[in-house]
Amino acid sequence: MTGRSAVQKPGAVRSLTERILPPIVLGSGFVCIWYLLSYGLLEPRRRFLLRPPHQVVKVGFLDWDNFSDILESLWSSTKVAMIGLAIAICIGLILAIMMSQAKIVERAIFPFMVTLQSIPILAIVPLIAFWFGTGQRSRVVVCVIISLFPIIVNTLFGLQSADRGLHDLLTLHHADRVTRMRKLMFPNALPAVFAGLRISAGLSVIGAIVGDFFFGRGDAGIGQLLRRYANQLAGEELLAAVIMSSALGVTVFLSFGWLQQRAIGRWHETTTGAN
Amino acid sequence: MESDRTGSATGSLAFEETGMVFPDGTEALQGISFTVDKGEFVTVVGPSGCGKSTLLRIASGLLEPTSGSVRADRDQLGYVFQDATLMDWRTVRGNVELLAELHGIGSKERERIAAEAIELVGLSGFEGHYPKALSGGMKMRCSLARSLTLKPPVFLFDEPFAAVDEITREHLNDETQRLFRTEEFAGLFITHSISEAVFLSTRVLVMSARPGRIVEEFDISFDYPRLPELRFDPSFAELCGQVSLRLRGSHA
Ligand SMILES: Nc1ncnc2c1ncn2[C@@H]1O[C@H](COP(=O)(O)OP(=O)(O)OP(=O)(O)O)[C@@H](O)[C@H]1O
Ligand SMILES: [Mg+2]
Repeated sequence: MTGRSAVQKPGAVRSLTERILPPIVLGSGFVCIWYLLSYGLLEPRRRFLLRPPHQVVKVGFLDWDNFSDILESLWSSTKVAMIGLAIAICIGLILAIMMSQAKIVERAIFPFMVTLQSIPILAIVPLIAFWFGTGQRSRVVVCVIISLFPIIVNTLFGLQSADRGLHDLLTLHHADRVTRMRKLMFPNALPAVFAGLRISAGLSVIGAIVGDFFFGRGDAGIGQLLRRYANQLAGEELLAAVIMSSALGVTVFLSFGWLQQRAIGRWHETTTGAN
Repeated sequence: MESDRTGSATGSLAFEETGMVFPDGTEALQGISFTVDKGEFVTVVGPSGCGKSTLLRIASGLLEPTSGSVRADRDQLGYVFQDATLMDWRTVRGNVELLAELHGIGSKERERIAAEAIELVGLSGFEGHYPKALSGGMKMRCSLARSLTLKPPVFLFDEPFAAVDEITREHLNDETQRLFRTEEFAGLFITHSISEAVFLSTRVLVMSARPGRIVEEFDISFDYPRLPELRFDPSFAELCGQVSLRLRGSHA
């Protein structure tokens, strides 16, 4: 056993470096180019457009006053995104389950789903403001609208793609609708549900930030902060806030990957190469 | 076998002039009549597309025949599909317990039944494995174990071993035959393999090309238990030859 793991170790270390090294190299190259642009291309007068990385770190991350602002608004946006996502999940699962139960429900609902999906969010901003005000509630609504579609489509696909033979087996043994849903269709849908969730979670974060630009009342979200920094020509803070918002997106994506692994990793072979 | 195959009405499974025409006009089966009694293992061989799967679906009640009738003891039917059709999200144990679960059997009893069936198909030690960690042959065994749990009086097999290699298939044949001896069900088996048919059955039925009709019946009178060596017996080979000849005739 010990001999075996001793043999395997270099391989494991190598595969780890193989995974970590390329992004590090690329990242370093990226920082170099950043410096090059900042110092080489921009004359000092115009350097506020792209501050060098160490300045960004110093002002944006190490200055607690600024960084706590960023964290606070990031937290506000995270809350909005997660509340929106949670609502979208509830609505999405319920609608998908209903649609899977009767073809007629599917036919009735689907056109509206597609319509909702293809309406540019900008076009209904006034309507949302009219109905829900210009505060957090409207931001949540944007998140729901933007993240609902992938959940419904993926869940419905998962529910409908259960093996025919298993359906036959349940029919042979007189399973009722609820049993069929609980024991076959729903578990069968889980991988697809998680695939949809990962997409929707990302969209919901985007929705929270975008929603911030239109509906600024209440706690300032990260979108508000970005706008403020841009207006103040605060280049360091602006870049730091941008970096933190992408960090949020990445964190959300990875968390849902982790959640998926925990929930269904034991039996399902993940085919997305995302982790 | 002592059972009377010429059709007392007591068969566990009886087709009477059964015919099937699909809505699109495809006539799949025509005037099928035969019975399978308890303790009989009847195999149907026939060219691809002649209606064998349709025959089983009708026997199981999944499909209503368009003419004639079928009588079957469908209370706790055993049905082994062409592929394993396991639930990926259940372990071997979970999959084998499924039917007992559907019939509302308590968890203690369920565990006992499942353990017994798993033992019977030789999957002990793999109870906790998920299907993704099983080989094709092991999945098939799991599927077999699942259908055994309710001790079905009637057992339908739709080319269950078509997807596994020759050696595994012979192993599974030996096991199926042993199960047949211990459980004494009425078995209706579909296969493309003539040697499999002859090895397992008390009777082999040859079906014609579509629309499927029974064109020939062979009684296989080798004594049970049939040992693997039987496959090299000259009389075994001769029977296989006869079935094969008739089957080729039915293609024409
Ligand atoms: N639902 C259906 N509607 C119309 N035609 C069908 C349907 N199901 C099967 N058929 C037709 O009935 C015929 C018999 O089909 P079946 O699946 O029973 O064949 P089979 O003997 O099992 O073939 P194989 O050996 O290839 O599995 C085929 O010609 C098929 O196209
Ligand atoms: Mg078939």
